[in-house]
Amino acid sequence: MIGDIDPLIINLTIFVLAIFVGYHVVWNVTPALHTPLMSVTNAISSIIIVGAMLAAGPVEMDWGVWLGAVAVTLAAINVFGGFLVSQRMLEMFKKKDKKGSA
Amino acid sequence: MSANMVALAYLVASVFFILALKGLSSPESARRGNLFGMLGMAIAVTTTMTLTQNWTLIVGCIAIGAVIGTLIAKRVQMTAMPELVAFMHSLVGLAAVFIAIAAINNPVSFGLPEVLPAGSKLELFLGTFIGAMTWSGSVIAFMKLSGRMSGTPIVFTGQHMLNLLLAIVMIGCGLWFFFSDTTNWTAFIAMTAIAFLLGFLIIIPIGGADMPVVISMLNSYSGWAAAGIGFSLGNPMLIIAGSLVGSSGAILSYIMCKAMNRPFLSVILGGFGSDGGAAAATDDGTQKTYRSGSAEDAAFLMGNADSVIIIPGYGLAVARAQHAVKELAELLHEKGVNVRFAIHPVAGRMPGHMNVLLAEAEIPYEQVLEMDEINSDFSNTDVVLVLGANDVVNPAANVPGSPIYGMPILDAHKARTVMVVKRSMGVGYAGLDNDLFYMDKTMMIFGDAKKVVENMVKAL
Repeated sequence: MIGDIDPLIINLTIFVLAIFVGYHVVWNVTPALHTPLMSVTNAISSIIIVGAMLAAGPVEMDWGVWLGAVAVTLAAINVFGGFLVSQRMLEMFKKKDKKGSA
Repeated sequence: MSANMVALAYLVASVFFILALKGLSSPESARRGNLFGMLGMAIAVTTTMTLTQNWTLIVGCIAIGAVIGTLIAKRVQMTAMPELVAFMHSLVGLAAVFIAIAAINNPVSFGLPEVLPAGSKLELFLGTFIGAMTWSGSVIAFMKLSGRMSGTPIVFTGQHMLNLLLAIVMIGCGLWFFFSDTTNWTAFIAMTAIAFLLGFLIIIPIGGADMPVVISMLNSYSGWAAAGIGFSLGNPMLIIAGSLVGSSGAILSYIMCKAMNRPFLSVILGGFGSDGGAAAATDDGTQKTYRSGSAEDAAFLMGNADSVIIIPGYGLAVARAQHAVKELAELLHEKGVNVRFAIHPVAGRMPGHMNVLLAEAEIPYEQVLEMDEINSDFSNTDVVLVLGANDVVNPAANVPGSPIYGMPILDAHKARTVMVVKRSMGVGYAGLDNDLFYMDKTMMIFGDAKKVVENMVKAL
């Protein structure tokens, strides 16, 4: 039966369910971590690098491939920048047990 | 790798992305969550590598991106986080546009048929126009946040009509592209150009302090752009990751609007407020008097208090006073004073901005409380120290008829003594005079937040 379904419908199903997952997961994020949430989601949105890699993939190099290569670079800046800056921020939210000030 | 193996690997990556967001529910689990996110991304990229041939080119590009990204992440100041996030949103938007153009140029490399079916055209259209608007909107947001452009809204007559007209023309071009039998580059390029222009025009009328909403909205857009590209390529992982980001940004925009008690549409239509402090307070005839004091007086009062609540605002970020504040809090703590911080949801220029700055200064997050957690405690607090915040403590929000009526505020006016550190008597973003400053129990301390706090530390 699933073979008869237009892939668009299957993708739409995934899309709607993913929005629900996102909705429920994000409401549980503590407000103190809203800035890291933005930088983590920003890093995740650079998943678009997958599309960029496909664009840069073919062996016959036309201008589309070069455009893809630029897109890979832009997305890679985002992957590394996004996850590393999140890590840096989240390190700051560590409990300061060695100082014992609290 | 077989198509099924690829799909399974993408599923694993998607689950890791969900776990990354789930981790952010508490500071303890958040670091592990971020590692899950990195792992998911690594799986996604490695899997996609097996589908491509130009390995040298792709690895080279990733290496360049990695170096630039790492340098940025290591060097950026925590006070500059809002503009960094805006900058990174713009990259996602631009990448989405490039991918869509490449897909139209060579559909076969994406596993699409040689002649694009109508469905794929529609999806590419959506991905491109959201991507283009994300890019240009984020560029403007970046310039406003980094001070390269004034935060004052740019408004002109017929602005909304112009935007509406452009949007209609853009959709028209989209339909033209959609119904053309061959690849209609003219329609596609016209549509993309208009989308870029619209992105600029939509963000320029929005003022500086509404940036938390804008930046969350662009966050959301960048997710939808990724999901749109995911639809065109029939890639469920892109759809899942994009939807997660899209709904996250949408929820943040909603929370920010609610914290300002303004409808989302009114924020987006813009024209509200200025940089703050520039406009003079409107005189209603009566000269109101206020009491001003020195940092030393304030330090004396705080040192003898039992409880102090510090309310940080954008002024703290501008003056980079977070480390000085930490010293102050520690000194007071040693004297046995109960010091806590109260954070308004829209304090600063992005959601959670103040929390990050205080965390950078190593202030234990147990002392940092959200508005709902601390608001009932103000009435039995000795001293409230307002550092560079204005509208979020304006009691006018409780007065029907006031422009900010209904906005949830921190009840600083209920404390026994209020001290406000501010550069001048200028009005806040909403352009309103703040009655809190004229109360008998209020002491104004004029000056740069950092210098004032440093003087307080010296006096203690």
